[in-house]
Amino acid sequence: MKNSISQIKKALIEKKMSVGELYDEYLAKAKSGNNNSFNLVIDRENNISSINDSQNRYDNGNPLPLDGIPLGIKDLFCTKGIRTTASSKILSNFIPNYESFVTQQLLNDGSIFIGKNNCDEFAMGSSNETSYFGPVINPWKNKNSQKDNLVPGGSSGGSAAAVAEGSCVASMGTDTGGSIRQPASLCGIVGLKPTFGSCSRWGIVAFASSLDQAGPLTNCVEDAAYVLNSINKHDFNDSTSSNHQREDYLVDINNSFEKKIKIGIPSDYLEDVSDDILNQIDNTKKALSKHGIEFVDVKFKTTEYALSTYYILAPAEASSNLARYDGIRYGVREDGESLDDIYLNSRTKGFGDEVTRRILIGAYVLSAGYYDAYYRQAQKVRRLIKNDFQRILNEVDFILTPTTPNEAFKIGDKLDPISMYKNDIYTVPTSLAGLPGISIPSGLSKNGLPLGVQFIGNYFEEKSLLQLAALAEKELSFNE
Amino acid sequence: MSNNWEMVIGLEVHAQLKTSSKLFSSSPNQFGSEPNENVNFIDSGMPGMLPVMNFGCIEMAIKTGYALNFKINKHSVFERKNYFYPDLPQGYQISQFEFPILSEGYINIESGDNQKKIRIERAHLEQDAGKSIHDIDPKYSFIDLNRVGTPLLEIVSYPDLSSADEVINYISSLRQLLMYIDVCDGNMQEGSLRADVNLSVRKKGQELGTRCEIKNLNSFKFIKQAIEYEFQRQINIIDSGGEIEQNTMLFDTSTGETRAMRSKEFSHDYRYFPDPDLLPVNLSQEQIDKIKPLVGELPQDKLNKYLDNYSLDKDIAKIIIAEKQNANLFEKMISESTVKPKLIAAWLVGDIFAFIKENNLEVDSLNDKTKDITDLLRLISDDVISNKAGKEILPKVLNGEGKPSELVKELGLEQVSDSGELEKIIDEALVGEEENILKFQGGSDRVLGYFVGKCLKATKGKGNPKLINKILLERLKK
Repeated sequence: MKNSISQIKKALIEKKMSVGELYDEYLAKAKSGNNNSFNLVIDRENNISSINDSQNRYDNGNPLPLDGIPLGIKDLFCTKGIRTTASSKILSNFIPNYESFVTQQLLNDGSIFIGKNNCDEFAMGSSNETSYFGPVINPWKNKNSQKDNLVPGGSSGGSAAAVAEGSCVASMGTDTGGSIRQPASLCGIVGLKPTFGSCSRWGIVAFASSLDQAGPLTNCVEDAAYVLNSINKHDFNDSTSSNHQREDYLVDINNSFEKKIKIGIPSDYLEDVSDDILNQIDNTKKALSKHGIEFVDVKFKTTEYALSTYYILAPAEASSNLARYDGIRYGVREDGESLDDIYLNSRTKGFGDEVTRRILIGAYVLSAGYYDAYYRQAQKVRRLIKNDFQRILNEVDFILTPTTPNEAFKIGDKLDPISMYKNDIYTVPTSLAGLPGISIPSGLSKNGLPLGVQFIGNYFEEKSLLQLAALAEKELSFNE
Repeated sequence: MSNNWEMVIGLEVHAQLKTSSKLFSSSPNQFGSEPNENVNFIDSGMPGMLPVMNFGCIEMAIKTGYALNFKINKHSVFERKNYFYPDLPQGYQISQFEFPILSEGYINIESGDNQKKIRIERAHLEQDAGKSIHDIDPKYSFIDLNRVGTPLLEIVSYPDLSSADEVINYISSLRQLLMYIDVCDGNMQEGSLRADVNLSVRKKGQELGTRCEIKNLNSFKFIKQAIEYEFQRQINIIDSGGEIEQNTMLFDTSTGETRAMRSKEFSHDYRYFPDPDLLPVNLSQEQIDKIKPLVGELPQDKLNKYLDNYSLDKDIAKIIIAEKQNANLFEKMISESTVKPKLIAAWLVGDIFAFIKENNLEVDSLNDKTKDITDLLRLISDDVISNKAGKEILPKVLNGEGKPSELVKELGLEQVSDSGELEKIIDEALVGEEENILKFQGGSDRVLGYFVGKCLKATKGKGNPKLINKILLERLKK
């Protein structure tokens, strides 16, 4: 078992190691790692003042909540003075002059960034194979074919692999349709997508604004609570940031529930799934039943529409969000004879295939004559999906689902976009509803690969969601 | 030939709102800065930047709603209008489309001797774009993003206008109202108010023709020229057997001609959709009601007040209400003195405005002189000085050279209103005028003027003319 944030903090407080030693240990792993989980590793000299400041705070006995903790940051978060690429060629030379709200909170709380995690280009992908910087390799191997390189999932594949390989204590990802939870599941770690509106999107390269949400990928549920405490704040500069009162997510995390908990398992999610996946649900059910938690069958009415709805709305927003990458003001510009040529050449050469595909889909569903049939219709269905979740969450406290329909697959195995999109079948509905979801490791597949289950809670109920996940985690932990 | 033809015009007027910061960013909203000075990360479309609505723009839109008789919508939505251009850094303009903040308003304009009601379909808030400058360098274009994100209220009329003069009256009335309610500085030269003209022609009584849109006109002169040219152009095409294409036109100010910029088949598909970075604007009745008192008196209210309460002549009243600052100055003088409003008005539109024009001043610059002005007018209406002396002193008062009463003394302009003294002067003046006296008594009124002049001259212009008149009449009737 890897060290948790609280264990590391304890060691630093007790002076069993210094902040510098801790940092060097993770930096060395990040630099020597051959999973391609970082697009950029930050040199020690660029972090030296942060390391020294952090050590001073420990020496003075007043460390900050995340003091000295080495973090990986998905290369979608703008980091001041540090190249931020969204794993795209078009931003491959872009150095922001500002720090995203979320990463600023992490810096304010004393954490130290190891580097920028590889991800799918503009967070579009479920396997981290669309990155301009090449695919990320899952640290896990299929025990029956050890030589195959597997995908870590995506789009936060680098963030997940980095935590799993031990080159950072925790990492930041973003989740639009499953981009935190799915790679967390495939890499055997914890991934939390908070309620939409919890964590500011300011300074995160936008993919689909109504769905994008930042969240942590961590070794354990408690670590997720540590990070969430830091990043979950109202931000005036994000109009969709909620200004509800935030809670301390750590305070009750190891306590048992005071009231009786009821969890719904959507039977429609479990049709046609493999035994591997069914086992995860069964394991979890058994483990939690011991704690007096009740399980009931629930049935969604809208599940079959979720993926199509998502693949209309997310590309529609993306087609507009990515219009600013035109080679005019920043990023890579390809010359041309005319203005239109500059646009065409810069964007054709700057974007990869999946990004291009989604821009085209998005422009299509928004275009005159198709808007009502696609975009407007999808908005209506999204409302129905939301209502469907509300209906079920009126009956139960949480929903339990698999995180993914399968284990990690081989790099290059899924060439057809539709079969790739299906990887997010369990995570997309939650995203459309804006609800929080957490994936925790629940067991190993027959091939010895990690799998996860997803708990879904009600809006802004991250505190009890983490409490539940922590309870399940104690029962489900598996040995690597 | 064009007698059988009439033009049908609808206008889109873009009014820049006078907020201190932009519609969705905190950059200053001001004209005349160095290029790209008023630009932040949001304006320049940096990755991950998000818009935050400036509520001041909503308040200004609500004020406009009251002034232009609009229905103020409690629910409005900002959408993205997507197109590529280098002076549009986000690749989309944030605008209201399906749900504008204002709908179904109107204003009354003058058309000949009559009033005409011009219906306004909608008004919506949107961001302005930056400026592309193509004429500095032969090879490169330059981009100034200062204007990016400046709040605009686009006011879209129905095609209720039917002449260039009506269009100009409509825009002037809009401009006057927007300036009155303090939401737009009305400076057309700086682009604070610009109009797109949609014009079609038809034979009288027939159905609407195909329209062309002339973009971005920012002076009354150009608007008139463009309308007249385009009207004739369309008639000529139809008369020679052609058909009007629905084009977007540019007006070339150097040639006075309109020419096609793009045709409908190349028109953009803007792919509008609600901006997911922004929440819909949902206003409560209280929020809307709260703005109403801020609208203040509108020009028509003032006109009625000036005619009914102050008995001004309509022409003079109109000159005063034309600009809010005139009316403010006028009303300040009324509130500060007991001089008759009519006298104040006459002096304001006469000598005072002449002084302002001559010295190239702002009307507001006289705000601290109002007491001196009314003191001067008081001296005139009390017959302490003559009208003529008043005219002489006014520029000195406005230049701050002294208080009116001091200036009167200094320049020795006090009227002689001592009847004893005047009687003496009059008696002297009548000596040797027997012939003229007889003429007067024989019914010739003209002689009276002659005698008044002679007496005034004897007082070196300082004699009180009214008193002189009175005493003269007494003497002559004897």
